[in-house]
Amino acid sequence: MKKVVFACFCLVAIGLLSGCSKGARKELIVAGSTSIQPFADRWAEIYMKKYPDRVVNVQGGGSSAGIQASFSGAADIGTCSRELKPEEKGLTEIVVARDGLAVIVHPTNPVTGLSLEQIRDIFSGKIQSWKEISNRDKTIDVVTREEGSGTRGAFQEMVMGKVRVFKGAIVEDSNGTVREIVAGDPDSIGYISLGLVDERVKALSLDGVAATEANILINQYELVRPFLFVTCGPPSREAKNFIDFVLSEEGQNLIKMEGLIPVQSR
Amino acid sequence: MNRLERNEKLIRLALLVVAFSAVSILAVITVFIFSEGSPIMLKYGFKNFLGGLDWYPSEKSFGLLPMITGSMMVTLGALIIGVPFGLGCAVYLTEFSSKKLRRVVKPIIELLAGIPSVVYGFIGVIILVPLIRNTLGGPGLSVLAASIILGIMILPTIISISIDSLLAVPSSYREGSLALGATRWQTVKMVLLTAARSGIIASIILGMGRAIGETMAVIMIAGNAISIPGSILDPVRTLTSNIALEMGYASGEHRQALFATGVILFIIIMILNTAANITSGRRRRRT
Repeated sequence: MKKVVFACFCLVAIGLLSGCSKGARKELIVAGSTSIQPFADRWAEIYMKKYPDRVVNVQGGGSSAGIQASFSGAADIGTCSRELKPEEKGLTEIVVARDGLAVIVHPTNPVTGLSLEQIRDIFSGKIQSWKEISNRDKTIDVVTREEGSGTRGAFQEMVMGKVRVFKGAIVEDSNGTVREIVAGDPDSIGYISLGLVDERVKALSLDGVAATEANILINQYELVRPFLFVTCGPPSREAKNFIDFVLSEEGQNLIKMEGLIPVQSR
Repeated sequence: MNRLERNEKLIRLALLVVAFSAVSILAVITVFIFSEGSPIMLKYGFKNFLGGLDWYPSEKSFGLLPMITGSMMVTLGALIIGVPFGLGCAVYLTEFSSKKLRRVVKPIIELLAGIPSVVYGFIGVIILVPLIRNTLGGPGLSVLAASIILGIMILPTIISISIDSLLAVPSSYREGSLALGATRWQTVKMVLLTAARSGIIASIILGMGRAIGETMAVIMIAGNAISIPGSILDPVRTLTSNIALEMGYASGEHRQALFATGVILFIIIMILNTAANITSGRRRRRT
C-alpha cells in the first residue's frame, strides 16, 4: 500500500517531467523501483548505523515514479531498474549494481530450462500448454508485471523485443506478489529479480545456461539489467555521501550477499 | 440585536460553511477528474476508450472495454452470491428468529463491514484462490474468486438495509396476511417482500456500488489480466484495479488515460447512486 500512497503523493506534487527543483531537508529521500527498494533499504540501514547523524528514507513507487521524483525534487535520489528512456537522459545516472532477471516456475515443474524463443512464445501466448515443452497437459498460467514497471520494461526489452505480452496474462504489481503466485501455482511461469529467487520457486536456465551469479559474471547469462541511481544534475553533498558508500567495497559486498552483482566486476 | 441573536447568526454561518465544504470537495474532485481525464478521451475518441479492446498505454492504445466488462462481471457475480444470502439472512432475522437473536446477530453482521478490504483480499489469496485452482482448475485468480469475496463484502450493506426496510412494513400487513390463512413463508413472499421492495432494491444498489468501487481485495484476487475473460475461471481486471495498479508508474498520456478510467468509473457510480436515491425516495413518498 505504501506504493499507492507514494504514487498519490507524486501525482499531486508533480506536474510533468520539467526542470529540477531542490527542497531543503535534513533526510535523504531515495525513491523509485520496487526491485531496488529492498537493497536500498539494506544500504540505508547499514549507512545509518555507521553514521548515526544521517537519515536516509527509502520509498517505493516504481522506476518511472522514481525518475519523476528526482526530476521534481521530491526525492534526492531516484532509483530505476531499467535503462533510461531517451527523454529521461537529462538525469545523472550512476550504475550501483547489476541484477539478473530470472524466469521462474513452481519447484515441482519438471521443466528446468527454456530457450529465449520458447520464453517469448509462452509470454506472447503462442505456446499455451506445458504439453508443448514437457509431457504435462496443463495450461500455462503466465504471470507478468504491470505496464510501466522497471522489471517488465527490462523483460520486454531483453526477451520480448517488439512482441507484446499476451492479454490473458495475470498481472501482479511487485516482484514479491509474482513470486507468491508462482510459488502457489504449479502451472505458472513468471519473471522476477534473480536476487529475490528463493527455495519456493525454481529459476529456469536460459538456452542451457543456469541463472546464477557466476554465469552473469562470465557474461554467459543474458538477462541482466542495470540498477540505477539517478539525480537531477550533480548529486547533492548528502546524496554523494550515500552514493559513495553504496559504491564502496562495503556497500557492494552488502548487496553481493543479498544476491546482486556488484558493479566493479563488470 | 442582543448577544444571543448574534451568536445564533454566527453559528448558523459557521454551520453553513461546514455543510458546503463537503459539497465543494465533491465539486473540486469532479472538476479535477474530468479536467484531467476528458482531454485524452476527446483526443483519441470517446468510442475508442469505451469500445477499444487493447490496453497498451506505452503504445498509445487505451481501450477500456476489457476493464468495463471486468467490473460488470465481477459486480454481477458479487450480486448473484451476495443477494440471495443477504436477503435470506434479512428475512430470517426479521420474520423467523426471535427478537433476541436479531439483537445479537445484526451487530455481528455489521461488524463484517468494518473488516479492512485488504484482509478480505489476503484471505482470498491464501484460502479461496488455491481452493478454486485445485478443484475447478485455471489459475485460481479469477472472476469467480473476486465475485465470492465481493459477495461477502456486500453482505452487511444488503442485510442491514433490508432488515430495516422489512421492519418498516406496518405490522397490520403481516397480521392481515396471517389472518387470511397464509403461512409465514407465503406472507414473506407475497406481502413483505413486495411492500419492502424499494428498500431492498436500494440495498442491492448500494451493495453494487460497494462492489464496483472495491479495489484492494480485487487487485489481490482477480489476476488483473487485460483481456475479456472467456469463463469465470479466467483472470480479470476491473476499472478500479486498472487505476491503482498502474498509477505508480504512469506519466504523460498514460496518467491521463488512468484519469479517463476514473471518469468512466465516476459516471457509473453516479448512475448507481442516483438510481438508489430514486428508489428510496419513492419509498418515502409512499409511506
